[in-house]
Amino acid sequence: MDGANGTKRKDLRVIGKPHRKVDAASKVTGQTKYADDLVFPRMLYTKILRSTVPHGLILKIDTSKAESYPGVKVVLLGKDLPIPYGALPVSEDEHPLAIGKVRMMGDPVAAVAAVDEDVATEALDLIDVKYELLPAISSIQAALDTPEPRIHEYGEYGNIHRRQVYEFGDVEVGFAEADFIREDITFYEGSTHLALEQHASVAQFGHDGKLTLWTCTQDPHYLHRSLAKVLELPQSHVRVIATTNGGGFGGKCDPFAHEIIVSKLAMMTGRPVKICLTREEVFYCHRGRHPVLMSTKTGFKKDGTITAMHHRTLLDGGAYGGHGVASTFYTGVLQPTTYKIKRYKFEAVRVFTNKAPCGPKRGHGTPQPRFAQEIQMDKIAEQLALDPAEMRKKHLVPSNSLTVNWLRIGTMGLGKCIDKVVEGSNWKERFRKLPYGKGIGLACSGYMTGAGTPIYWNSMPHSGVQLKLDRSGGVTVFCGSTEIGQGSDSILAYIVAEVLGIDPFDIRVVTADTDLTPVDLGSYSSRVTLMTGNAAIQAAERAKEMLVQAVSTKLEVPADRLCFADRRVFDMENPEKGVTFVEAVWLAETKFGTIGTVGSYKPPAAPGKFKGSGVGPSPAYSYSAAVAEVEVNPETGIVAVPRIWMAHDIGQCINPVLAIGQIEGSIYMGLGEALMEEMTYRGNRKVVHKFPSFLEYKSPTTMEMCDVITYLIEGQDSNGPFGAKEAGQGPQLPVPPAIANAIYDAVGVRIDEVPITPDKVLRAIRAKAKGQEGRYGPTVFPHCDMPASIFVPTPEEGGDGKAVERQPVLA
Amino acid sequence: MKPTKKRNNGKPAKAQICLRVNGEPVEVAFAPHKTLLEVLREDLALTGTKHGCELGECGCCAVLVDGRPVLSCLALGVALEGHEVTTVEGMAEGAKLHPLQEAFADLGAAQCGYCTPGFLLTAKVLLAKIPEPSREQIKDALAGNICRCTGYIKIFEAVEMAAARMAGKPAEPSKESIYGRR
Repeated sequence: MDGANGTKRKDLRVIGKPHRKVDAASKVTGQTKYADDLVFPRMLYTKILRSTVPHGLILKIDTSKAESYPGVKVVLLGKDLPIPYGALPVSEDEHPLAIGKVRMMGDPVAAVAAVDEDVATEALDLIDVKYELLPAISSIQAALDTPEPRIHEYGEYGNIHRRQVYEFGDVEVGFAEADFIREDITFYEGSTHLALEQHASVAQFGHDGKLTLWTCTQDPHYLHRSLAKVLELPQSHVRVIATTNGGGFGGKCDPFAHEIIVSKLAMMTGRPVKICLTREEVFYCHRGRHPVLMSTKTGFKKDGTITAMHHRTLLDGGAYGGHGVASTFYTGVLQPTTYKIKRYKFEAVRVFTNKAPCGPKRGHGTPQPRFAQEIQMDKIAEQLALDPAEMRKKHLVPSNSLTVNWLRIGTMGLGKCIDKVVEGSNWKERFRKLPYGKGIGLACSGYMTGAGTPIYWNSMPHSGVQLKLDRSGGVTVFCGSTEIGQGSDSILAYIVAEVLGIDPFDIRVVTADTDLTPVDLGSYSSRVTLMTGNAAIQAAERAKEMLVQAVSTKLEVPADRLCFADRRVFDMENPEKGVTFVEAVWLAETKFGTIGTVGSYKPPAAPGKFKGSGVGPSPAYSYSAAVAEVEVNPETGIVAVPRIWMAHDIGQCINPVLAIGQIEGSIYMGLGEALMEEMTYRGNRKVVHKFPSFLEYKSPTTMEMCDVITYLIEGQDSNGPFGAKEAGQGPQLPVPPAIANAIYDAVGVRIDEVPITPDKVLRAIRAKAKGQEGRYGPTVFPHCDMPASIFVPTPEEGGDGKAVERQPVLA
Repeated sequence: MKPTKKRNNGKPAKAQICLRVNGEPVEVAFAPHKTLLEVLREDLALTGTKHGCELGECGCCAVLVDGRPVLSCLALGVALEGHEVTTVEGMAEGAKLHPLQEAFADLGAAQCGYCTPGFLLTAKVLLAKIPEPSREQIKDALAGNICRCTGYIKIFEAVEMAAARMAGKPAEPSKESIYGRR
């Protein structure tokens, strides 16, 4: 059965229709308050002194001149905040201000609170710091080669943060079954989120001993926990209010030093304290795309059947752990979600370097391996003389199945997606048939709709919603979810309006306030629509049930005949007979007392039972297929992308305008990573960011953005609210490989790394002209000793999802 | 501009200027090194104007000075004596949104909304010069404004829709821009 079957539900009034966002009017009029827009009486301002060396011991800090500078209230140092923190419990390796040692250029060393920003800035110049330089590590290779000095005192050994080895079935058996084996080495450069809003926070500490932090975080709940821990406050005394984020893309998920610093300063001074980072500082916060070197060895048969894949990744983690352990898993765990892979081995290593820490950026750890896999699929098709679209379609993971690594796939609409972009782009008439310099390329992807497990171990809901109905007929939705531009506030209003038969704009939405709203884990992993949506449906259905009982008694109409629509509750067999929604709330409040309901959502248990099986499972997987059209100038190596066709298997669209907006934004970000965005550093010893500025960190402007043709492939996934799946990350993933594949179609060279800059294209073209391999990309995958793999028999082999002692099949 | 004085700690005293902001006369005093961006946000409480770099690189802080787009982070406040400044707060007429604002809201052209004020004001100038611009003219006019959410497509479509509506044409979003290609 094909779940994403293109059927449309006809019974919906709000869902699936275009609506404005609930915050649209305030955003287009400048009324929305972002963190830096908040001002309080007696507010102090903070600036942070940051390390000027990439790796060093702090020998001395003299703050005396700064402390006596007029207008300075407090100078804060690392020793004032000794408790470490970090996004993941397994790598709490950060301090708000360095203690004894700095690990990157830009590491926070001291903070000043002063009466205004100018005074704070001037005071920073008066702080004298003496460093003893340590050798700096600037690359994956250097981290592998340099065990001492260690950047951190924890991790596997030397400067290796994390190693993971999983084997699902014996890959050697799979390779023995293959007609062909190929190994491709690829590299995906790091990039940053570049959200327009610079990080900003304001903290206030009351005489009641309670702290409030307004901040542009995507994950107020996790920040709440970190703040309480580091500041040694009871969690119930900490309130985090996530202000509307001026863009996130994963860059505002970690708890940040500056958030803790202003909180501590507010506690020390008793005054509100604000910070707004400069753009340069935002580059140092980073937490963006990991640079990943990959080796993908794949065994396949003449028809493209994949008998085995051995996928290895090496991640440049930067100076801290952050979400890095999760990122490391994600460089491999979702590979088997698109095409059937009979046996799969995945090895990953994350190293520490003296650079800004990497973490979750749109697609979190998966764009890199998807790039590796999808350009290899193109090469396999070429080698087998098969059409790459047809070959992919033949080997799709079926709906309602288990992947080789125990991920449960629900609806799977990739086949339909491929059909749409193939048809729309006129693929069959153009692929390998365009004149030299012009080309088209195809790539596909799958992505999660929400992570199956939370960041810290617990069995509570991932999303909670409270609903209040009052006798004005007013409905208020309370939910901890965070609006980062994706429309999460609006989704709540649309869903509650659908269930209660009212207009979305009748509803008030209160979100992202740890005091007022029930927990939602945060705006990451494309989880919000699915999880808050399901919780909202449950809360609204419970409220509806109370209204049904009250109205049924009043009208003497059986409960199952009552219909909620057009702000009325009425007898569906006699629509004239009914009450207004406001009257229905009166009746319910009269019958039951004050009306409030709750809803919760927790993802289903994952089928995998081995250690590490918590990363990868999701309630639903979305699928995307893209065709990119390119024009390559063989004289300059410049690549232009005039057009991209994208089909996305979204389940049920909650609001098509917003879904298309997410898809267009994903294509844009993929285009930037494919062609120009790179987070790179100068020099081996100094390790200075090359261009921590908006101007020189190249991102696509209106002039580089391509035309986009989007197809929404709709259906209903049983785990999604009204059948919805994600749209905010998945469609980014096929863009870089589709462009790389199109470049091969255009000029016959393989660019096996991103960004695909003109110099790389030109070098490959020139090499080819000289009779050498027409390719640019890494050729060596460095060795790293790996532990024994966690060996898990595949579902096809009759495994039960648990790891077993390895039984070598091949003697 | 009034002459500056030195404070005890060597810091200059405030400058004072008169200008018009969103059609109203305003008198404001501020430290003379402040940019127009800072004066608007900090001294006039007009926080609708945003900043993404404070170095003239991202276009977030664009406002209109005498009807022309200016990056307010690169303009000194003291240079604005006697000038007319329009910010996003001045786009709507009373409760009635400007057609560009309506179109941005209808098409989801404001996702996180942070770059939106800069885009709206820059587009307003474009439509004043070229009432029904081509897609290429829109791209050209907005090339200095960075948006990281939308991929610009909904912004282009919103400018086109607003232009059509301002020309008195009954413009609604195309089916394709709402539902995608079938």
